[in-house]
Amino acid sequence: MTSADVVGQDRGKIVDPEDELPGGFAGLWARAWLNLRTGNLGPAPIIVGLAVTVAIFGFTATNFFTATNFANLITESAGTAMLAYGVVFVLLLGEIDLSIGYLAGIGALIVAELTLPGSSWQMNGIFAMIIAVIVCALIGGVQGSIVAFVGVPSFVVTLAGFLIWQGVILNKLEQRGTIIIQDRWINYTDSYFFSHFAGWVIAAIITALYPLSVLYKRITARGTHIAQVNPVIFGIRAVGLAIVAFGIVGISNHAQVITTKLGLPLAGVIVVVFLILLTFLARWTTFGRHVYAVGGNAEAARRAGINVPRIRVLVFMLSGATAGVGGIIFASQVNSVALTFPPGNLLLNAIASAVIGGVSLFGGRGEVRGALLGAVLIGTLQNGLNTLNVSNGWIYMITGFVLLGAVTLDTFAVRLQARSGR
Amino acid sequence: MTDTPLLELRNITKSFGSVQALDGVDFEVRRGEVMALVGDNGAGKSTLIKCVAGTHAADSGQIFFEGQEVHIHGPKDAGKLGIEVVYQDLALADNLDVVQNMYLGRELNRFQILNEAAMEQNTTATLKSLAVTTIKSVRQPVATLSGGQRQSVAVAKAVQWNSNLVILDEPTAALGVAQTEQVLALVRRLGEQGLAVVLISHNLHDVFETADRITVLRLGRSIGVFERSQTTQQQVVEAITAGMPTKVAGIPPTAVEE
Repeated sequence: MTSADVVGQDRGKIVDPEDELPGGFAGLWARAWLNLRTGNLGPAPIIVGLAVTVAIFGFTATNFFTATNFANLITESAGTAMLAYGVVFVLLLGEIDLSIGYLAGIGALIVAELTLPGSSWQMNGIFAMIIAVIVCALIGGVQGSIVAFVGVPSFVVTLAGFLIWQGVILNKLEQRGTIIIQDRWINYTDSYFFSHFAGWVIAAIITALYPLSVLYKRITARGTHIAQVNPVIFGIRAVGLAIVAFGIVGISNHAQVITTKLGLPLAGVIVVVFLILLTFLARWTTFGRHVYAVGGNAEAARRAGINVPRIRVLVFMLSGATAGVGGIIFASQVNSVALTFPPGNLLLNAIASAVIGGVSLFGGRGEVRGALLGAVLIGTLQNGLNTLNVSNGWIYMITGFVLLGAVTLDTFAVRLQARSGR
Repeated sequence: MTDTPLLELRNITKSFGSVQALDGVDFEVRRGEVMALVGDNGAGKSTLIKCVAGTHAADSGQIFFEGQEVHIHGPKDAGKLGIEVVYQDLALADNLDVVQNMYLGRELNRFQILNEAAMEQNTTATLKSLAVTTIKSVRQPVATLSGGQRQSVAVAKAVQWNSNLVILDEPTAALGVAQTEQVLALVRRLGEQGLAVVLISHNLHDVFETADRITVLRLGRSIGVFERSQTTQQQVVEAITAGMPTKVAGIPPTAVEE
């Protein structure tokens, strides 16, 4: 008998009901307890952290709970979240990319340069953005190739990239200081606001996506574990998502600067679209599966016939591309590229976002959504402390402690997971 | 029952520099039997297996598969013949679940989009057919499995791919008593399902519990082939420690073809 026969028989009555956790609330508690015991915390700690942060600032800072500050928060966090998405994939491999901060700068520089009014090469902002993202992806690909084929540690390669791209930006801007971006398409990426009605439609679409995806799984994967969702968890998630989506739009629609009415920022929508696309890439494609496999056990992946160097190069390309997109959003925030780019601690904030979001530095564990949650938490923290007029020194220190706490939690989670295996 | 062995090696030699790891080894395994490969450390067991798996190329000698001479130049060639090796360190990714590990590198997909439902159903069916019942959910990460369960997953993974020959390298080395029994039962079932199984082990107790025949290697030479039912552990131990590459009592005539 060959294994084809093995595979063929017994189809249909696959799922053994005894294997399943009980349904309803009982199942919910059983699952929560199992997850806690095995160190599978998911996004729970960060959502709790975010809620606590928001509550603290809500009581202490006078300007924090305003609609305008809320819209600001979205546009401020968007760029960091984009970079953090790329960091997730790099960390999943167990690698690191230190060049993304200045790669974002390169992306911003390219769009600024390509749309320079009066220059012979001035082009439409959309083309400029596409070119910038492709160039950043190629740069990432070159760095990734050195990691994958030559075997230089990614820390060193991307540290070199950090210096090189910083140097390029310095050279380019030393004399000119600042390049103003006048192209409206580029500036839209951070400062376009949807009309109130469009905002509601977008909230409705995003709210509907989750139940639709669950329904799709139920139909296409009937009788398997992946199709099963605890109805209580499903309800909580669906309602929670609806509250978040409509809440964001509702608050944004009240935002205004002096008399100009704002609305849902395009930057927020870009971040959510990338979240959906990259989550799909990570969970539902062979590429994503191979990324997790290489991060979990590179030798096993190699023996299983996975082209490990190819995966590494592609991930660094992806990291470059998301850095480019993030850089464009940051440039659009101030309508220019200046010597001070990247703003603040962009690189470290992006890596911290992913790590706080539960992505393991040891590879193989983490979700794309963690990057967004982490970026929102860091953004909220820094925004809130700013509105409290706390000094930058304290902001760095507090961000540092949050990062330390998150990584400590992750280390405990790994230890719990290893222990539950014995 | 065919008389042609599924895999037959004749006069295989392999040296690493001045070290003669294999010095004219003969070996065979038939469909539906568990052939144990035993020998002391450095006897050449692993080297021999790596020559079959395509990790090493033999310096000289012939490999016959179903009576046809074949040349195995790499793991891909071995895979095409349906030869799967379950290595000691298992080659499972701890962070992935059972289904994901079973299909690692060979995921069912359509336009690169994974077909999770089919992979899960096939995995459940494969585990069921091998009577691996201790794994509660095929969606739990391999990190949460016990050593025996991991070994079962590794074996099931090897069997899933229309394999003809499964080579197990020390499958029970790191396991407790109960888990060892579990894995040995699985090994026997592989043979009963018509696969050719090669079991490499240091543990003669395990070998005598599962194997149909036993090939003894010593210092890179095949000492002899024993029928399990017609030999004792004592004889095998003697062959392992002091055996000479000549006829040893208990060798069935079919196995000795110099």
